[in-house]
Amino acid sequence: MDMNQYMDVFIEEAKEHLLSMNESLLELEKSPKDKSLLNQIFRVSHTLKGMAATMGFSKLASLTHEMENLLHIIRNGEIVVSAEIIDLLFECFDALEEYVTNISSTGNEGDLDSKHLVQTLNDILNGKDIAATSNKDLTDDSMQDKNFSNSNYNIYVLNILKKAKEKDLHAFEVDVVISNDCMLKAARAFIVFNKLESYSEIIQSNPPVEDIEDEKFDKGFSVVLVSKASKQEIEKDIISISEIESVEVKDINLDAFEESAVEIIEDEVDEALDDNNLKVQSTENKKTSNRFGKTVRVDIDRLDNLMNLVSELIIIKTRMEDIGESSRKQNMNEAIEYLERITTSLHDAVMKVRMVPIERVFNRFPRMVRDLSKELGKEINLEMSGEETEVDRTVIDEIGDPLIHLIRNSIDHGIECPEKRIKAGKNEAGTVKLVAYPDGQNVVIEVEDDGKGIDSEKIKQNAINKGLISKAEAKELSSEEAIELLFKAGFSTAEKVSDISGRGVGLDVVKTKIESISGFVEVETTIGKGSKFIIRLPLTLAIIQALLINLKDEIYAIPLSSVGEISPISSKDIKKVQGQEVVLYRNKTLPIIRLCNMLGVEQTEDSDELIAVIVRKGDKEAGLIVDNLIGQQEIVIKSLGKYLSGTKYIAGATILGNGTISLILDVNSLF
Amino acid sequence: MNITDTAADNKFVIFNLAGQDYGLDIYNVEVIERVTSFTRVPNTKNYINGVINLRGEVVPVIDLLKRFNIESTNTLGDDSRIIITSVRDIFIGLLVDSSSEVLTLLEEDIDNTPKIGEQISDDFIKGIGKKDGRLIMLLDLEKVIGVDYRIEDM
Repeated sequence: MDMNQYMDVFIEEAKEHLLSMNESLLELEKSPKDKSLLNQIFRVSHTLKGMAATMGFSKLASLTHEMENLLHIIRNGEIVVSAEIIDLLFECFDALEEYVTNISSTGNEGDLDSKHLVQTLNDILNGKDIAATSNKDLTDDSMQDKNFSNSNYNIYVLNILKKAKEKDLHAFEVDVVISNDCMLKAARAFIVFNKLESYSEIIQSNPPVEDIEDEKFDKGFSVVLVSKASKQEIEKDIISISEIESVEVKDINLDAFEESAVEIIEDEVDEALDDNNLKVQSTENKKTSNRFGKTVRVDIDRLDNLMNLVSELIIIKTRMEDIGESSRKQNMNEAIEYLERITTSLHDAVMKVRMVPIERVFNRFPRMVRDLSKELGKEINLEMSGEETEVDRTVIDEIGDPLIHLIRNSIDHGIECPEKRIKAGKNEAGTVKLVAYPDGQNVVIEVEDDGKGIDSEKIKQNAINKGLISKAEAKELSSEEAIELLFKAGFSTAEKVSDISGRGVGLDVVKTKIESISGFVEVETTIGKGSKFIIRLPLTLAIIQALLINLKDEIYAIPLSSVGEISPISSKDIKKVQGQEVVLYRNKTLPIIRLCNMLGVEQTEDSDELIAVIVRKGDKEAGLIVDNLIGQQEIVIKSLGKYLSGTKYIAGATILGNGTISLILDVNSLF
Repeated sequence: MNITDTAADNKFVIFNLAGQDYGLDIYNVEVIERVTSFTRVPNTKNYINGVINLRGEVVPVIDLLKRFNIESTNTLGDDSRIIITSVRDIFIGLLVDSSSEVLTLLEEDIDNTPKIGEQISDDFIKGIGKKDGRLIMLLDLEKVIGVDYRIEDM
């Protein structure tokens, strides 16, 4: 069967299961005695095994199989969860993750060899066997194994057997061997079945009944049945049929595997549910994610397409508004207003569909922090909050790397080693806080540590050494400005380059990446207390509110999220300070930026009164001088394309109601 | 290579610029549009005329006269066209004086670039086609567009 069509589903599901395994493992490390976590991990590896085997990924299947074995004996309390076992499970998890990543990029598992992991798992399993020889569990175990291997009872059989037991019926496994010289084995078998069915219920046969009818069996077959009759009666009955060589009736001892069977039934039922989900492509994963409700998996491309269509609709709506205004027909305007309401709701709805909780990015960090803290010998507590904050899918894809970078920085450079912390009178364990929250049209993500803070003098010194600034310049810099230097290309404060961070790419990469998705990053730091990196991101990247302005006859759009206020200023009030035009505004010096100069538009004669659009970037403000204000409008952001990307001061383009293109100012780059 | 391929490979869209015929490989040409209003893009190369709205897509347009450093008094007229080309997934319009036809040039009709001196640097031209006594400059679109892929690929 062609499995390719299921590949996407497999990868998505596998990733989801890995995620939940990761979470559970981390939890398990904290509370190794928690049985429900063990069960959870067991279930996940079991499901993964099934999925992988179906898709023909044997390495994945065999590794999960071994994991399952190990988890099984842990669950039975035969061995205790130790740090080594957790580490081993994490290693297995890494291997699984690599397999899945390989599958998603190349379609096969890749060359990663997990034999040593399987070996280690086996060693632990065997070690347990030796240790447990004296344990009576073993006898139970082996009996179970035998039963399972012989009869392969599935959940239905087990269920019926259980019920039968409640009704005081006996359960037997009947092995029948037909004589060699029998000509019509199928017919003989049919007679046996007939006989048995007359006073018992046949639950399962091995090989299956169809095969037996088709004579697809060698010499014998076995059936599982429940009956009121006794063992001897059945034996006597069968043997009386001619051409039967031998018959053996065995009791099925339900008690022997009652306990584990129940658990296994649960697992199997869960798995069956999972299988069901797979078929309807729903992400409902019973245990881990009941909070998600009913969902449908949709290809992101389709969503993008939908988004584009909504964008087109909004453009047309704007155009209709233009026409409506000029024609001044009552009905027309009403219709347009109605249209506007609908497009706005539609836009909101589509945006919501594209929103993903930031948890998707956050959930890989606990593991990362755990590994880092082990590696560096620093004890780190990671506190996360606001994981449910939703951001656009495109943002999610981009924000991961910058966050990893910041967290690594905090742990490696920010948080001191334990001895130093104790000396400084701090808690030995460092804390890294990762917080996300929505703030108007923005989403804010903060990475905060309680480490040593950033020393602005050190930064200045470093920048001088690296030739980024001169000594004279350094003197002029305020400490905030000095800290801004961190984000300059070619800057890295780490005194020694470590494996974790400081590999040549510094915070400038973080900054560039965040700015590429129209966000920006700031730092707050106190020496000795710690530092906080604040990332501010737009909720959406596709459709925004903007202020349209005129420069001569050109129209530009300024994202409304960065517009603070609009104010007339008198040209007399503009003063020159160190070559920079400023104006005193609300008792603050406000730098003036003449957009005409920046954008190469011929400057108009200075009239007495100028219009200043006051824009913000973090704490900073600047007044942009424009010729005319047009108004506020919902605009659809279009990229300028690869060819023109990176054009100074321009973030993109949008199509106005009349079909012409207007450019969107990149306010952040103006500062 | 079969016959049809050969034929298609040698089809060129012919356009006129300051009295000279030029040819573009038909594979690179998406569509030919009448001139619409441009939006100037500041702080970019001087030969970029601006961007146009091509059915909802923002497409940059190159003024070929400026690109080739041709002094010309020709202004936009009724015959002016924007040829929308695509190369490596980048859509770019070329502003030309007029676009007339599609010609098939056989292998033997195409000469390698000789010294053509005059106005255009040889780099942009990948060959010269001859047809009924006309000389057609065949453009190397990637060079005309001037994206340095070697850097991008690294």
